[in-house]
Parts: sequence; C-alpha cells; structure tokens
Amino acid sequence: MDFLAIFNSSISFILAPTTIAYALATLGLAVHFGFGGLLNMGMAGFMALGAYGYAIGVLTFGLPWYFAAFVGIGASVVFALILGIPTLRLRGDYLAIVTIAAAEIVRLLLLSSAFGGITGSADGLSGFNGPGGTITNPTVGAGGFNESNPIPPGDYGFVPFLDNERTWYLRIVGIIILTLAIFLVWRLVNSPWGRVIKGIREDEDAVRSLGKNVFAYKMQALIIGGVLGALGGLMLAFSTNVNSSVYVTSLTFFLWTALLLGGAATVFGPLAGSIIFWVLQAFLGLLFPALADAGLMPFTTIQAAQIKYIIVGFALVLLVVYRPQGLFGNKKELTFVK
Amino acid sequence: MSSNESSSTPVKSTGLHVGAIKPGVAKKDPILVADGVHRQFGGLVAVDVEHVEIPRNAITALIGPNGAGKTTFFNLLTGFDQPDRGAWSFNGNSLAKLSAFKVARRGLIRTFQLTKALGLLTVMDNMKLGSTEQTGEKLSASLFPFLWKKQEIEIEAKALEILTRFKLDTKRDDFAASLSGGQRKLLEMARALMTNPELVMLDEPMAGVNPALTQSLLDHILNLKKDGMTVLFVEHDMQMVRHIADWVIVMAEGKVVAEGAPDEVMKNPAVIDAYLGSHQDIDLGAVTGRITLPKISKEK
Repeated sequence: MDFLAIFNSSISFILAPTTIAYALATLGLAVHFGFGGLLNMGMAGFMALGAYGYAIGVLTFGLPWYFAAFVGIGASVVFALILGIPTLRLRGDYLAIVTIAAAEIVRLLLLSSAFGGITGSADGLSGFNGPGGTITNPTVGAGGFNESNPIPPGDYGFVPFLDNERTWYLRIVGIIILTLAIFLVWRLVNSPWGRVIKGIREDEDAVRSLGKNVFAYKMQALIIGGVLGALGGLMLAFSTNVNSSVYVTSLTFFLWTALLLGGAATVFGPLAGSIIFWVLQAFLGLLFPALADAGLMPFTTIQAAQIKYIIVGFALVLLVVYRPQGLFGNKKELTFVK
Repeated sequence: MSSNESSSTPVKSTGLHVGAIKPGVAKKDPILVADGVHRQFGGLVAVDVEHVEIPRNAITALIGPNGAGKTTFFNLLTGFDQPDRGAWSFNGNSLAKLSAFKVARRGLIRTFQLTKALGLLTVMDNMKLGSTEQTGEKLSASLFPFLWKKQEIEIEAKALEILTRFKLDTKRDDFAASLSGGQRKLLEMARALMTNPELVMLDEPMAGVNPALTQSLLDHILNLKKDGMTVLFVEHDMQMVRHIADWVIVMAEGKVVAEGAPDEVMKNPAVIDAYLGSHQDIDLGAVTGRITLPKISKEK
C-alpha cells in the first residue's frame, strides 16, 4: 500500500476543477436553500444545461467558447423561469418535487436519441474545447477554451499539485470565477436584498404583508442560484466531455451533502464543504481498495471502492442530526430544524 | 409608568356614523368600504358581508364567535385570499384583485393571529425589513453599498427609535426566535409601524399575552390612533374592546350582525345571542369577562 500516493492524490482534489465545479453549484444551492429557503432538488439539471448549452453552442452553432458559455448560462435562466413561474407561488415542498422531476426530464431529453444529432445521445459530446474537434468535423472547437490558454506547454507546480498547462489554466479560470461568485453572493446576502430573501426563508407571508413582492424575490434567487449551478456545469465541461450520465440525481445529492457539510446559510461553507467532500471521497475511494488489495478487508477491490458512498451517507445522517448548521454555520442559526 | 395614565383615559372618538345605527351604517369619513364581499369554502359561506365601513382615525374592534369569518375577512381585505365576488376600497381606491404586497404598499398593514416574527433574523433586521422603498432591496442596487448605506443608517435610526418605544431595544441583536410570545407580538406591531401604515389591522393582538404586557400593548394601540393611524383589530377580550375601541363591528356566520359604540353594542340582544351568550348579565359595566364567560374568553 502506497500511503503517500493515496495522500497526494486526495490532497490534489483541494484545487481540482471538479471541486471548483462542485463549489460553484453548491454555492448556488446555498443561495436557493440556505438564504432563500427554496428546496431545489434538481441542481444537476441546471449543471447539465450549463455544460450542454456550452458544448452545443460550440459544436452546433460554431460559437466561440466565451459566447457558447453564455448559451449555457442563458439556458439555466430559462430553466429557472420555467420552473419558477408555476411553482414559486406554491409552498416550498412543491418546488422540491418539481425540480427533482424537471432535472430528470432535462437529463432524459439529453439522453434521448431523438436529439442525438445535437446532444450526442448516450455518447455525450466531446471535442468542443478544441483543438482538433470531432472526428467528423475536425475544424469544430478550433479556437476553443483550450487554445485560449496563455500558459506555455509544460508541467508546473509541485506534488501533489504537479499538473500540465491545461489543468493549471482550468484551475486559474475556475478560481477566478469562484472568487467572483463568492464575492457576489457575499455582497448580495449582506445587503437589504439579502435581508428580504432571508425573511422569505423564515416566513414569506410576513414579508408579503410588509409590501415586498415575494414572488419576484424568489424568482431572482432561483435564477441566481441556477446560474451558479450552470457555471458549475461549465467548469465540468471545460475540464472534460459532457455526458448525461454525469448529471443524475445523485449529483444533486452530493451537492447537498457538500452544502450541509459546510453550512447551508453561509457563503464560504459551500467551498469548504466541496473541498472536504472531494478530498474525503478521493481518500476513502483509494484507501478501501488498497486495504482490500492488501487483504485487510473482506471485500473485493470493486466492492471496497463503493464503501465510500456508505460512509458519505452515514456521515450526512450524523451531520444533519448533530450539526444541522454545518461546520461553518452559526450555531444559533439552525437552518434545518425549526 | 407613564403608560398607565394614557391607557386609563383613552380619548374615545364619537359621532363616527351618519344616520341610525344599523349593520353597515355609513360613516362620516370611512377609510375602508367593503361591498358584497363573499367568500365560500366548499359548502361553507365563510364571509358574506353586505356593506361595512371602517371609520378613519379611530379604533374599530371586530368581534364575533369563533368561525364567524373575522380572520377570513382580514385575509380578503389584505389580499391574502381572494373573494368569490365583492368590491372594497381603501381611501376610495379599489383593492379588489390586488395581491397582498400591493395592498401593503397602499398603507394597509396587517399582523397575524399566529405571530409571524422572522425567527432567524435579528430583531433589528426584522425591523429594517419593514421599511418601504429601500434602494438596496433592488437586486442591481444591492451590489453597490454606496447606493444604500445612507438610507440604511436612517432606517436603523428609525427602527431603534420604535424599538425603544416598544422596549425591545436591548434585544436588537438577538434572533427574533429567542423572544417570548408576547415580545414577538410587540415586534410584529413595531415592524408594521416601520412601513408608515395608514390602517393597521391587528389579528388578536392580545391573544396569549400576559396582563402586564397587555397593558403596554393597549398603550401602543392607543398611540397608533394618537399618531393619526386607523386601527382595526380582532379581539375576544371584551374588557379590552370596551376599553379602547371607538367602534365595534360584530360578525357572526360571515355576516355583520351589529355595529355601534362599544357600550351600546354589548347591550344589543343579537350580539348577546350570537356572541356574548344569553345568560350573560346584560349590564356589562363591571364585567370581568373571563371569569363569567370561560367558554369565550380566548380563542385557541
């Protein structure tokens, strides 16, 4: 067993593009649930739209990557509007049911062979980051995200953060987006606008009776959180191919785990939660198979790799019961229990 | 306590009506006029008010047995529920079909029977939320503090002034969830004042409040009138109603069955029948309502 390798591999997730993507989407959930009280169980759908919107923007419409990114963001805004108009007038639980269903509809539409020519169906999409494009159309993706990389080719950094120019570029872009997003959310929730949103979380009728347009505020929160989710999807798409099998309901639940881990009504909790979630996932995902290999666990290597999910689920239960405000939440502010 | 003085001698407004007193009698200066407001839940007619007028700058009590439709009528007037038919106007402008927040913006603010303090907001934030037309509440402006910081300071000063009056200033940084039931009632009323309302509608402001706090709540209600506001409140405590109300409207089974000055109304046989109870001593002058009428002393 190579403990150092496991350790290094786990630590590398602190700054991994996936972690940044999760942090962005989890921040969106924090805006939805932690501050606005909107139970969004379909964040995977927002992420899928961000990722696919970008990929389709490049591949089908031949847009430059930065314009294509706005297609993804625009798609998430439209999705938020479609979800919000019928459901935001209803009680919170209904939004949860509708979002979980809507996210599945999005995923199944992307998976459907009916739109295979655009969405790639079960194969997903690739080559949109360029250079090289797809096999059928080699010019597509030229001038894409990868080619905008100003970093000369080569490996940079130190173990465990030793990576090529592509990963570093992705990281830097991701960190810039995440920093801006965190600052924006911090600014928003500490403004009078944030006060109204938090008031709506507590009791929307009370806020309504004070002359605030509750529906408009909830819609704004839904859109802002949705756009953050789409940015998370974009980060995933920048780093790898898009495939509908990624944007499943369990992705949403992983985001929720990260959110509750960090603290729902916090600005930095989503980032901290995502980092802890991924480092722990990577660590356990490597440790258990290694232990099984060494004959220290009565499982096959493949079985052992799945144990991490059991542990994550168990940890989530403990967390919700014993520390509902999350690791970084205000102890007085038990968002979960009322 | 200086408040004792004011509460022991409330200045009653008289001569509010025009013509003979009957249900739906016209008022000299009505602030709110409702016509044919009808609300049915399935087979139950909850509210069926033919005509009612609320006098301006007076304290009007809305009384009636449980299930008489008082709260439903409140909900209808404030846009929290929509009637099947009917029209009502506030300061001469129709409020029919307006959503709740637009009604509130017109200056008609309500409180709730089950107090709605925003638990995980501080007392101060609860108060600030009440303030209307805040620049910083717009999404675009909220990102630029220099646009709303000055207004925020003004709002805070005003909130603190009202909190001091309600003796909640020491709690300003506590979560509203940590307040007692009575303090939450006070906070809800104080928060309503932040909106500069014209008409304050209080749904059972005294329910579940201890006698000492009742005293101060009474003073606050009387002060609303003194400051030029109009008050409409639902209450079951007849002592309070008699003490502070200038006008009483009695509802039963969704209809307005009687109106009048408190002392007159309570002698009305229809009111005794429908609400006060027929075994009740007609002379209510020395009423200690709760003792003689345990059944109707408090709702919930």
